[in-house]
Amino acid sequence: MKEYFLDFWDAVSSTATGMAITLRHLFMKNETQQYLSDEKPETRWNSVIVPEGLLQDRSRMRLYVKMEDCIGCLQCEKVCPVDCITISTEKRQKTELPIFAANGQGIKQRVVQFDIDMSLCCYCNLCVYPCPTDCIVMTPEYEFAERDKTNFLYRFAKDKATPPEPPEEKKEAEPVAAG
Amino acid sequence: MGLQRPALEAKISNLLSIPVVAGAAGALVVFALLPQIAELIREQLSANLSPTMAKLAATAIGVGAVVFLITQLPIFLIWWERKIAAHIQDRLGPMRVGWHGVLQSFADGMKLLFKEDIIADGADRFLFKLAPFLVVMGVFSAFAVLPWADGLVISDLNIGVLYVIAITSFGAIGILMAGWASNNKYALYGGMRSAAQMVSYEIPTAIIILSVVVQVGSLNLQDIIAAQQGGFGDFQNWFIFRAWGLNVIGFVSFFICGLAETNRNPFDIPEAESELVAGYHTEYSGMRFALFFLAEYGAMFFVAGVAVVLFLGGWSGPVFSGPLVFFLKILAIVFVQMWIRWTLPRLRVDQMMALCWKYLIPIAFVVLMGAAVLQVSGG
Repeated sequence: MKEYFLDFWDAVSSTATGMAITLRHLFMKNETQQYLSDEKPETRWNSVIVPEGLLQDRSRMRLYVKMEDCIGCLQCEKVCPVDCITISTEKRQKTELPIFAANGQGIKQRVVQFDIDMSLCCYCNLCVYPCPTDCIVMTPEYEFAERDKTNFLYRFAKDKATPPEPPEEKKEAEPVAAG
Repeated sequence: MGLQRPALEAKISNLLSIPVVAGAAGALVVFALLPQIAELIREQLSANLSPTMAKLAATAIGVGAVVFLITQLPIFLIWWERKIAAHIQDRLGPMRVGWHGVLQSFADGMKLLFKEDIIADGADRFLFKLAPFLVVMGVFSAFAVLPWADGLVISDLNIGVLYVIAITSFGAIGILMAGWASNNKYALYGGMRSAAQMVSYEIPTAIIILSVVVQVGSLNLQDIIAAQQGGFGDFQNWFIFRAWGLNVIGFVSFFICGLAETNRNPFDIPEAESELVAGYHTEYSGMRFALFFLAEYGAMFFVAGVAVVLFLGGWSGPVFSGPLVFFLKILAIVFVQMWIRWTLPRLRVDQMMALCWKYLIPIAFVVLMGAAVLQVSGG
C-alpha cells in the first residue's frame, strides 16, 4: 500500500524533473548552423579560408592530398572502408635524386596514381589517422556538387608512370614536329 | 554563382510570409472583437430575416467560422509544435520556407494536396474512404458546444458536458474503422490499441468531469463558466483554485486523460512509429492522411478547451474576459501538451492500461467523492 502512494510521488517528481530539463533546453542556444548563411568559406582548391565559428571543429568535408608529402605507403587505401582510394606506386631508382616529405621521411615510392572517388567517400576520416606524413586531410570545403558523377573521381597523382623499357631493337628516331 | 537563386527564393518567401503573419495578427484582433462582430451580425440578421431564418443563418455563420478556425489552426499549431520540438532539442526547426519557416505548413499542405490518393489492393474501399470523415466529424462536431464568450456558442446545450463525453468517443469508431479497412496488420494493431485506449480513458475523464458538474449543479458549459466568474482578479473562483486543492488533482488527471484520448505522447501507442510504422493511418496518403492530422490537432485544441472551461474559468479570464483570453488559455494548455510530448518517452501498452485502471480511476473517484462531500457539507 505504501508503494502505491510512492508511485504517485515518483510519477510527479520524475515528470517534473524531465519537464524542467526540456524547458531549460527550450531557451538554450541552438547548435544548428544554417547552410546558406551570409558567411561562407572562400572556396579555393586546397586553400579554404573559413570564417571563425562557421564550421564545427571536427567537421569532415572534401578530402585533399598533398602529393608532395605522399610516401606511397598505401595505409589510407587499406583502411578505407568503402574502397574509394586507389593508389599505385612504383619504386624509385637508387640513381634518382633523393627526396623527402615535409617531416623528413624519405620518399622511396613514386606515386603514379592516387585516385579518390568522392562519390563513394563516406567521410569517416579513417584515412587521415594512419597517414605518417599527414598528407591526406579533410578540408572544410563542403559545396562541391557535380552534374556528372564521373567528375567526383579526383586524380591527385602528379608523376607519370615510367614508360616500360624500350625494346632491344633500336627504333628510328621520329622526326620532330615542326614548331 | 550558385548562390543567387537560393538567395532570391529566400527573399520571395520572406515577402510571402508577411501576409501570413499579418493574417495571424488579424485573427487575434478578430478574436478580441468577436462579441461585437457577433452582435452586429445578429442585428443585421434579425432586421432582415424572420426569427427562425435569422437563428438558422446565425448558426450557419457560427458553424462556418468554427470550421474555418479548426481547419486553419493546424497550420499554426504544426509549425509551432515543430518549432518547440526543435528548440527543445537545441535545433532551429523549419527556417527556410518564409520568415522562420512560417510558410512550412502551407508547403506541406500543398504537398499533401497534390499527392496520389492510394487505396491499397485488399482494402475495404468503402470503409477506407469513410473512416477519415468519421474521425474528423467526431472532432468538428464536438466544437458545437464550446463557448467562446457570453452567449457566443453554436449550440447552447443544457447537456453540453454529456454531449462532449459522447462525441469525443466518436473518433474511436473512425480510427478502428481505418485500422480494419486498411487490411494491414500495423494499421489493425493501431486501431485496436486506439479503441482500447479511448474506451479505458473515457471512464476517468467522465468521472472527473462529473466532479466539476457536482460542484456546479449543471451540465451546461456556460453555467460552469458562470459559476467561476467573479472573485479576486476574476480568477479566484476558478475551479482549479477551489475545494482545497482537490480540483488541482482533478485538473492534472483530466489533462492526462486528455492526452490519452487525443493519442498524444506519451500515449501515442496507436501510432507508435517504432513499432507500428504509423498505426491506423499507415495506408493513408494525400488528403485522407491530412484529415487524420487535422483531426489530431483539432482534438488537441478541443480537449485543451474543455480543460479550460472546466477548471480555468473558460472565457472569463484573469483581468480580461472574452474569446481572446479563452483562445490564449487554450494555447497555453496546448503548449504544455507539446512540451510533454517532447519530454516523456512513450508508455508500453500494459503500463498505459495500468496507469488508467490502477491509478487514474481511483483518483477520479476520490476527487468525485471529495467534491460531493464538500458540496453537501458546504450546503
